[in-house]
Amino acid sequence: MSEETAKVLDQEPLYADAEALPTAQNRVKAFIKKFSKRKAALVSLVFLVALIVVAVISPYIVPYDPAAPDYSHMLEGPTAQHILGTDEFGRDVLSRVMVGARLSLFCALSAVVVGTFLGTVLGLLAGYYGGILESLIMRGSDVLFAFPDILLAIAIVAIIGPGTVNVIIAVAVFTVPSFARIMRSATIQVKGSLYVEVARSLGCPDRRILWTHIFPGTIQSMIVNFTMRIGTAILAAASLSFLGYGADVTVPEWGSMLSTARNYMTTAPHLVYVPGVLIFLTVLAFNLLGDGLRDTLDPKLK
Amino acid sequence: MLRYAVKRILSAIPLLLVISLLIFMFIHLIPGDPARIIAGKEATSYEIENVREQLGLNEPLLKQYGIYMAGLLTLDLGNSIRNGATVFDTIAPRFVPTIQLTLLAMLWATLLGTLLGIMAAVRRGKTLDYVSMIIAISGISAPSFWLGLMLIQLFCVKLGWLPVSGLTTWKSYILPSFTMGCGVMAIIARFTRSSMLENLKEDYIRTARAKGLGEFFVILRHAYKNSLIQVVTVTGLQIGGLLTGSVMAETVFSINGLGRLLVDSIGFRDYKVVQALLLFFSLEYIVINLIVDLLYGVLDPKVRYD
Repeated sequence: MSEETAKVLDQEPLYADAEALPTAQNRVKAFIKKFSKRKAALVSLVFLVALIVVAVISPYIVPYDPAAPDYSHMLEGPTAQHILGTDEFGRDVLSRVMVGARLSLFCALSAVVVGTFLGTVLGLLAGYYGGILESLIMRGSDVLFAFPDILLAIAIVAIIGPGTVNVIIAVAVFTVPSFARIMRSATIQVKGSLYVEVARSLGCPDRRILWTHIFPGTIQSMIVNFTMRIGTAILAAASLSFLGYGADVTVPEWGSMLSTARNYMTTAPHLVYVPGVLIFLTVLAFNLLGDGLRDTLDPKLK
Repeated sequence: MLRYAVKRILSAIPLLLVISLLIFMFIHLIPGDPARIIAGKEATSYEIENVREQLGLNEPLLKQYGIYMAGLLTLDLGNSIRNGATVFDTIAPRFVPTIQLTLLAMLWATLLGTLLGIMAAVRRGKTLDYVSMIIAISGISAPSFWLGLMLIQLFCVKLGWLPVSGLTTWKSYILPSFTMGCGVMAIIARFTRSSMLENLKEDYIRTARAKGLGEFFVILRHAYKNSLIQVVTVTGLQIGGLLTGSVMAETVFSINGLGRLLVDSIGFRDYKVVQALLLFFSLEYIVINLIVDLLYGVLDPKVRYD
């Protein structure tokens, strides 16, 4: 839209009571009101915020050095000193899961951010331009989809080798195709709406239509899917670490902690409980939050 | 219908070709010299050359692809680097346990998932709905390998009812198939519920009730039958995922199936076997998708094949 047409539209409102139309502020208020009714989602949000805060400040608040061995307290269950017990080197489990939250969350979040960015751009382009570009992008994601579930991530790690960064790359690539598909259909939906038509007839360039008119219309499905994919990404990253493709086993990370805990199932079951429950609760919280966001933001998806 | 089926099958061929090309490229996508990686850090240049020869890496790329494709068609996928046996012989005996577990997992997951979904939809907003959906969302959120470990802890270590690993008696199938099916059960339950809720709102349900049909028939014959198409889609997509899910379950329960073979082969850099397994898993997924697409017509007469 050129500046002049924008002015004209401002001076002569299309609706008599234009003031009554929802403003961005009112929409946010309405969203908060609706969202706060979803108790499960609200509780999840609080839990996740707390978890992220703990993860960020963990190096300063851990009761023990998570890497310091204590050979006089090996494989001990919960005691007053170590409330979640100690591992096979006598390291404090509480400190390790706290620091482990950093790596686990960082891995999943960064992978999903990268995957979301790529998937969104590809989906927008495919949905908006159509034609050969769309075919190329969508067939490309079909190919990636042909490796079901975590297999794609395993295949990528098999090629580029194990390690934290490689797990992030694998999980990011694993996120891209589903995002591209969802964003493409959201784009096609918005593309057909009247205001996009208006923008186009006013001579708006493609790039502007795409980013200022279509993209905001797809943000809701993006946010919902972003939240849901984090849960999946945490599971995928933990599974890869469990299979031994993740970070160095000496680095505290929930998946790899479980992987080593397996060897002490009979003698120290608490080593299996603690990281597993944390992964479960975190993924559960992201899923519940995603459900809540979907119900409030994008009821069509239900 | 037949025309659609043929068209749909033909349209899968380019996808298969691209996937086979990608999987062929697999060994070339590995950063660095694959022969050096396979031979190990202390290998002499002679040994590396040997591996390269064995893998056929000295041939021009196009010829390698030709050999690979010809091998695919004749099921000659080369030899395992680990033990020299043919890839086919390495994979074949691993096939049965994985398929058995997958089918078992599928069976209970579909039955229980559907049941939970229908119950939740019929008792919407009641306790049963909440309980079912709590089970479902927990099933989606629990890492399958951890679930497996917890089951071992409870049923094998504490209670001593079931064996920890391997597949010897019928008892040893219970825990792995439960572990594999949990996520799928949850997804099916959620889909069934939302699709049932949509269908229960329809006019034909009111009609069915109005004409005095028993509630059981209204739900099963009228509402559920119309949900079936969505349930079949989800179920179909999940079988593909299930075979892959065997990777985790087989690792946890030490079962010699395809999933564990994949993990072991990646560890041993037995790339020929990895290639063959990746190809198998993706092929199986595409074929199942194809079957699901074709089933649409059978289940939903509203679908037109043009």
